[in-house]
Amino acid sequence: MPTHIAHFDIDCCACLDATGQAIGPLPEFARDGGTLRALYGAMVRARAFDTKAIALQRTGRLGTYASCLGQEAVGVGVASAMEASDVLLPSFREHAAQLWRGVTPLELLLYWGGDERGSDFAGPRGDFPVCIPVGTQFPHAAGVALAISLSREPAVAVAVGGDGSTSKGDFYEAMNVVGLWRLPAVFVINNNQWAISVRRREQTAARTLAQKAIAAGIHGEQADGNDVIAVCDAVSRALARARGGEGGSLIECLSYRLGDHTTADDASRYREDEEVRKHWKEEPLTRLRAHLVAAHDWTKAEEEALLRGAATEMDGAAETYLATDAELPAAMFDHLHNTLPAALQAQRAEVDNA
Amino acid sequence: MPELTLVEAVRAALGRAMEEDPSVIVFGEDVGIDGGVFRATDGLVQRYGFDRVRDTPLSEALIAGMAVGAAARGLRPVAEIQFMGFLYPAIDQLVNHASRLRTRTRGRLTCPMVLRAPYGGGIHAPEHHSESTEAMLAHIPGLRVVVPSSPARAYGLLLAAIRDPDPVVFLEPKRIYRALREPVADNGAALPLDTAFVLSEGADVTLVTWGAMVTEAMSAAAGLAEAGIGVEVIDLATLKPLDADTVLGSVRKTGRCVIVHEAALTAGLGGEVAALVAEHALTSLLAPVKRIAGYDTVMPLPRLEAHYLPTEARIGRAIEEAMAFA
Repeated sequence: MPTHIAHFDIDCCACLDATGQAIGPLPEFARDGGTLRALYGAMVRARAFDTKAIALQRTGRLGTYASCLGQEAVGVGVASAMEASDVLLPSFREHAAQLWRGVTPLELLLYWGGDERGSDFAGPRGDFPVCIPVGTQFPHAAGVALAISLSREPAVAVAVGGDGSTSKGDFYEAMNVVGLWRLPAVFVINNNQWAISVRRREQTAARTLAQKAIAAGIHGEQADGNDVIAVCDAVSRALARARGGEGGSLIECLSYRLGDHTTADDASRYREDEEVRKHWKEEPLTRLRAHLVAAHDWTKAEEEALLRGAATEMDGAAETYLATDAELPAAMFDHLHNTLPAALQAQRAEVDNA
Repeated sequence: MPELTLVEAVRAALGRAMEEDPSVIVFGEDVGIDGGVFRATDGLVQRYGFDRVRDTPLSEALIAGMAVGAAARGLRPVAEIQFMGFLYPAIDQLVNHASRLRTRTRGRLTCPMVLRAPYGGGIHAPEHHSESTEAMLAHIPGLRVVVPSSPARAYGLLLAAIRDPDPVVFLEPKRIYRALREPVADNGAALPLDTAFVLSEGADVTLVTWGAMVTEAMSAAAGLAEAGIGVEVIDLATLKPLDADTVLGSVRKTGRCVIVHEAALTAGLGGEVAALVAEHALTSLLAPVKRIAGYDTVMPLPRLEAHYLPTEARIGRAIEEAMAFA
């Protein structure tokens, strides 16, 4: 007879239901109306950015763009839990987190519009640019966390990936070393249920993605990814553990991708509108607004001012983006190495003189 | 001055770099207590501790990706891939991140990392332990590929690679790890990157090579000298970016060019050298450029590997043919 050796549990953190009602006692930070207004404002701002980016792409003025529609609570929840000195290593869908961290809408538009200067963030200088090869940011986070731990800084590396990224070896390899060396790293999964056209349940037989942490010996937990309070709470606790020398965590945020994978995708090829309609009832902005109205006297005037302000900001960013000239062609050589090798100087001159 | 083998020179350079710069760390599989399977990191953990000399899990993609992250955060990681045959999971990180982090952030984040790997055949190793796929790596823009061919060059070039502010893949020809000893001053003096080394001067044929093949090339040159043929042996040392000036200057002088590498012929770096000569020194040529390389076959297991690797005899014949042409 086999002997029972170990038992593991996975918890899910949820604070507000889809109607904005508190499920139980809210975490301390979420009882403050000012804090909740800031979280709501950031989600509205992210959605305004998303709307503007898609409009620009649809009118031929932006490249292929990965919308974060419906996943604003993941980005804002993660970033609002972080300190400025922490390091964000985002996937290509975490505009909401980047905006909170101080990446500007103009920088994001420049990047998605095909200009490398968009990743030269004036604000969070240590944050990584978006990572497009899926899951390859997790090993970077392990490296950043290693550097942090050797310098004894109180910072944490926070990498965000999608549900599909948990199928990659990079994810497992990085999580394994985070566990082994008790590195100050938090891996967040924005489980929006779709890896392009492949559903979460067709990605893995694992009952949760959070349980993948168990194999690496780190803390694994789910959070309601439509609930910015739950995401912020789960990530805050993970960051506190990491700062306290208790090692890394994996936080799986259960969200839903309300939009296409990117503007180059057509999700109607593989999923029913009815499914999407159902998930609109759970999206993160509506529920926090309902909670703010019910518990913190959120007014129509505040709502209108917020929406107007966000739209104006994005209009301004788009205008500046569209008025920004491309770099000179030879710029492609200028950051290849610290100093351009002699072997490349003729190529640079050719571009310069063209 | 101590006489060191190539692998001892690698170890001396690692120790020197760790001594002079606390941001230099070493990690990889078995690099700690074991000192690496070839002993390249022997003694480092005793001198610099477990924080700076780390045995990683068996995870090559992680090793490369963690080096990217650590480098971007201000460390100078020197990561080891145990054999080049196991480097391929790391290529994703080299192509997609290490080589382009500076470019894609316009200099905000950089990647001063070194990825070391023993490479090449001739030591009767098991399958997957003997290939030379340096051309794959040399094709990646933004990445330096450096191959030492002597203890002194291993020491000086590895120090230069570690101090360089950008990523370097440092491929160590393991067949000559212990082939010879030479005096190497452990004085912290680096050798220049992006610079080929003229190992012997000669007026008749330019022989371009790198890595373990330098041994065969030098023997061939010595043999032909007795026959009155002057062979100028050039060790490319940095495969990317390539020191075309040294190669072209020599070919313009000799009028003949033979390129030797143990990697497979087709799409090997010899083709790049030949193209440079054709583009820039065609009118100096007295004979067609010749390439002596591994065959376009799967690298054979040890029983046949001697038939795969270019030999002194094959090199000698190629040179004689070039001489006979004109």
